[in-house]
Amino acid sequence: MTTPGLEDLLRELAPQVLGTLVRRHGRFEDCEDAVQEAVLAATVQWPAEGVPDNPRGWLATVASRRLVDQMRSNHARRGRESAAATAEVLPEAVPGTDDTLVLLFLCCHPALTAPSQTALTLRAVGGLTTAEIARAFLVPEATMAARISRAKQRIKAAGSSFSLPGGAEREERLRVVLHVLYLIFNEGYTASSGRELDRADLAYEAIRLARMVHAQLPGDGEVTGLLALMLLNHARRRARTSAAGDLVPLDQQDRAKWDRALIDEGMELVKASLAGPALGPYELQAAIAATHADAATAAETDWPQVHALYLILERIAPNPMVTLNRAIALAETEGPRAGLALLSTLDGDERMAGHHRLLSVRAHLLEKTGDTARAYQHYRRAARATASIAEQRYLESRATRVRPPRPLP
Amino acid sequence: MQFVISMHINPAVLDALTDEEKAALGEGHGRFIQALKESGELITTQALADPSQAAVVSVRNGQPVVTDGPFLEAKEYLGGFYLIDCENKDRAIELAAQIPDTAIEGLGVEVRQVMFADGLLEA
Repeated sequence: MTTPGLEDLLRELAPQVLGTLVRRHGRFEDCEDAVQEAVLAATVQWPAEGVPDNPRGWLATVASRRLVDQMRSNHARRGRESAAATAEVLPEAVPGTDDTLVLLFLCCHPALTAPSQTALTLRAVGGLTTAEIARAFLVPEATMAARISRAKQRIKAAGSSFSLPGGAEREERLRVVLHVLYLIFNEGYTASSGRELDRADLAYEAIRLARMVHAQLPGDGEVTGLLALMLLNHARRRARTSAAGDLVPLDQQDRAKWDRALIDEGMELVKASLAGPALGPYELQAAIAATHADAATAAETDWPQVHALYLILERIAPNPMVTLNRAIALAETEGPRAGLALLSTLDGDERMAGHHRLLSVRAHLLEKTGDTARAYQHYRRAARATASIAEQRYLESRATRVRPPRPLP
Repeated sequence: MQFVISMHINPAVLDALTDEEKAALGEGHGRFIQALKESGELITTQALADPSQAAVVSVRNGQPVVTDGPFLEAKEYLGGFYLIDCENKDRAIELAAQIPDTAIEGLGVEVRQVMFADGLLEA
């Protein structure tokens, strides 16, 4: 294991070195392996021998040698030599360019599945090792290595060039990049299964990558919105679980535990993005998170504003989860029965059939109307439907609170 | 997301297969394992010995009591499983449909999400 400072430095330099190498040689897939090997070599050598004066140059040199070795052995295998290809090269940085975006677009190639996009992004742009990514996703290293290798084969087969796409394609691809960063963040924010409610490392990586994109595209409202959304959610991480590891819902969180610095930064970004033209889904979700962050107590939450924002979100990006969240806001402004009425519009939606979130929100609203018998049933059904142990424990405890008294014998 | 795809086998159904059918079943699993390894979705797979070899263990008055298995009085038994990591439940189902058992009447293939994992497999 390396020291944190060293780790940060390596993660920052890895994509820069990779970009330089790919510009020089093409062959993204081989360059990516070479950079990974250089990073691994650095994690062994630097703690023992000290960080070199020019760490970026060191990584570039080592990666280039690995690449040349690799090309030589490929050529030898094919029984022909190419002097040009095997010449020792020490690529220098291309002044004034940053390949982060180009790399991100490549790693989030639409030909890849989401797990492949996230894994490759974390390795090639995040500078994480395969072992670190495997640990974060709780799979064996060999599984993750195969996934990354397959992803690179796919990209090669798709014949992608190392350049930013133009026009409408660029917009479309940027949306995929943002979605992948959002998936990485969410994986860290709430593990989709298992005991850990919070895998902070992945959330931290997602924020770091979103900052990199924001630095490149400060004028893009959705990039700003996504970064703000991550910061505002991440700010609540210490309040989200109790000392015993139980889930604490937003209205019961100790707001003194929220990270003020992250909230302030997130709020500034929300203000900046709201000043821009047409609002996108991330900007709206960030604005909703900012409304919550703005309330000193849960009781002071500006629910009419939260509801209005969900209404706009529902209009521009219709999705049953958005309607579900709007029902929570509506219940706060117009009462639980209004919320339940809105929930009933989701009953025919097969994406939501038996979904634990629909069951648990309905349980909460039923509890608020005083219908504890049905609230109990819904909490129990929701607890069975979730694959998160923390969420299940929370739902079971809510169920116990509204459990109807047993009839006397 | 991690899923267990379990294969519920009926020894009588397996016995009734021809040698060619048995060979095709084995080859089908081999191809499936290879494809899962290459896509980076396989965590592990295991096949179990015949249910007639099972020992059922219980403890009564602090003393272990071991009887011949299987525990369930059923026609089908757990024959083996795949532990996979894939994008979502739809993908898990798509993968399960590639298992040759799904095409044989009397054999059951079931997909269930993993809720908790510990041990040395996960990295």
